[in-house]
Amino acid sequence: MYYRSRGYTAFTIMNTIFLCLLAIMCILPLIHVLAVSFSSRAAATANIVNFWPIGFTTDAYVKTLGNGKFLRSMWVGVERTVLGTLLSMLVVTMASYSLSKTSQKFPGRQFYIWIFVFTMLFSGGLIPSYILISKLHLIDTIWALVLPMAVSVWNMILMLNFFRTIPPELEEAAHIDGAGHLRVLWSVYLPVSMPSIATLSLFSMVSHWNSWFDGVIYMSNPDGYPLATYLHSMIVSDNMSRIGVTSESIANFSNRTVKTAQIFIGALPILLVYPFLQKYFVKGIVLGSVKS
Amino acid sequence: MATYWRKTWPFHMLLLPALLLCIVFQYIPLFGAVIAFQDYQPWLGIKGSPWVGMDHFRYLFTYPDGKQVIWNTLIIAAFKVAMNLLIPIIFALLLNEVRKMYFKRVVQTLVYLPHFLSWVILGGIMLDILSTEGGIVNRVLESFGLDSIFFLGNGHWFRFTVVLSDVWKEFGFSAIIFLATLVGINPALYEAAEIDGATRFQQVKSVSIPLIMPIVIVVATLSLGRILDAGFDQILNLYNPLVYSHGDIIDTFVYREGLNNGQFSFGTAVGLFKSFIGFILIVISYRLAYKLANYRIF
Repeated sequence: MYYRSRGYTAFTIMNTIFLCLLAIMCILPLIHVLAVSFSSRAAATANIVNFWPIGFTTDAYVKTLGNGKFLRSMWVGVERTVLGTLLSMLVVTMASYSLSKTSQKFPGRQFYIWIFVFTMLFSGGLIPSYILISKLHLIDTIWALVLPMAVSVWNMILMLNFFRTIPPELEEAAHIDGAGHLRVLWSVYLPVSMPSIATLSLFSMVSHWNSWFDGVIYMSNPDGYPLATYLHSMIVSDNMSRIGVTSESIANFSNRTVKTAQIFIGALPILLVYPFLQKYFVKGIVLGSVKS
Repeated sequence: MATYWRKTWPFHMLLLPALLLCIVFQYIPLFGAVIAFQDYQPWLGIKGSPWVGMDHFRYLFTYPDGKQVIWNTLIIAAFKVAMNLLIPIIFALLLNEVRKMYFKRVVQTLVYLPHFLSWVILGGIMLDILSTEGGIVNRVLESFGLDSIFFLGNGHWFRFTVVLSDVWKEFGFSAIIFLATLVGINPALYEAAEIDGATRFQQVKSVSIPLIMPIVIVVATLSLGRILDAGFDQILNLYNPLVYSHGDIIDTFVYREGLNNGQFSFGTAVGLFKSFIGFILIVISYRLAYKLANYRIF
């Protein structure tokens, strides 16, 4: 057997070390930022913190969570995530039910599919979307962040592929008992597809929590920024001050612990749902790319 | 017709909300893109603004920064496409050699994580660790007696940083598809090679690599469609005026010129140009993927 040879044993040792290093590299930056956020201000400013807090304190978090602007952004972020996910799942589930039917049962299915898929390939672009949102008077409302993202064609494809694996006998039996399509969707399809609905909801939540650019363009008032957008504006001003474009360099720099605390709080919800996400996304990806 | 509706109306009704949202937020902006051929003024609207034909498209190529922006986009995207193919394949092959399932799972959990964090978070982290005023990366460089590097303030280093950090974020996630293919290879093939006296290295060379080649070709051709996407989210969070000459890409250019400087028509024209080329490339790449590897999505 090849794995008993001496050469292969040497390779295994090297390989294990290399993969360990690679894996650690992927989270080391996050650990460093976490360590800085729990360090004392003096230690952070003196640049002596590595991967463990020096002069442990939760001051930065107390300060961050006492910041009204930060809290307001966090609330907007939560609001858009909850509202956006609910709306998106509702719309996508309903549409996927129809699209999961065969072309014999639902002639016209192919036409709808192309309407949706085309939007994945071609879009009008940033400025026409902005003009539309402002014409609809949605600027500075939460709907500007929620409605444009509601129809996720990718989620729709995953969902309809899942619906197709449900045996048609279940549906036929329900029809014989006199159930309409809405009833079938509600009482037959939904209960058996709870795992995939949960998965797609998680995907939707992550993309809502992470999206920041729509906040930049659709919110003229920073009070309406979701957390991701708030963090972006903080990063931009930080970036500018580092290269000396603005002169708030020193004031900013002493805030390093607060900044890292804010970044970590922004990442926290993703880190919390990540174990659940990881359980499902491999399946989803393989399904989405291998299946029709 | 009447029987068609009688039989299928619930399907149409269930599709209605998605269809309406899709038409309003995707198709209307598509038609709104006609302002690329106008000199659009917000107070005149689309109906009242004068038509100027292809002027804005011509302007893109005579604009002093136009060619530079297109070049930046291509070079950054090309490096990303190449590295995001090569590194995940190598990683998948190495991880596939690991026989301890527990270790394999821990490595996977850690390397997939950055994919789920947004560029806002990662941008904030990078700004902190790459800082020239005591960022941890430069501290490590200095401890080895090297000069500190202005990663985000020097054009050449900026491109390098953008490509490297993108690979760092995505390589684990991109490897999933290759790992799934490797796991699915029939063990009998390796056993047969083993009986013929092949070393493990020869087995990888003659069994694993040929068998993942079709999926490699698919991923490679499909990524051709992204050759104009150099990473808007990432660059908008990392760049600054010092590196516009090397780091400004089509998307960030559209955002700055079009929205921030109020050149709505010009910005739309540039965006449309990019969208159009991207569309052609996607169609070509799907055809190629079908021809080369018999792969179809729809």
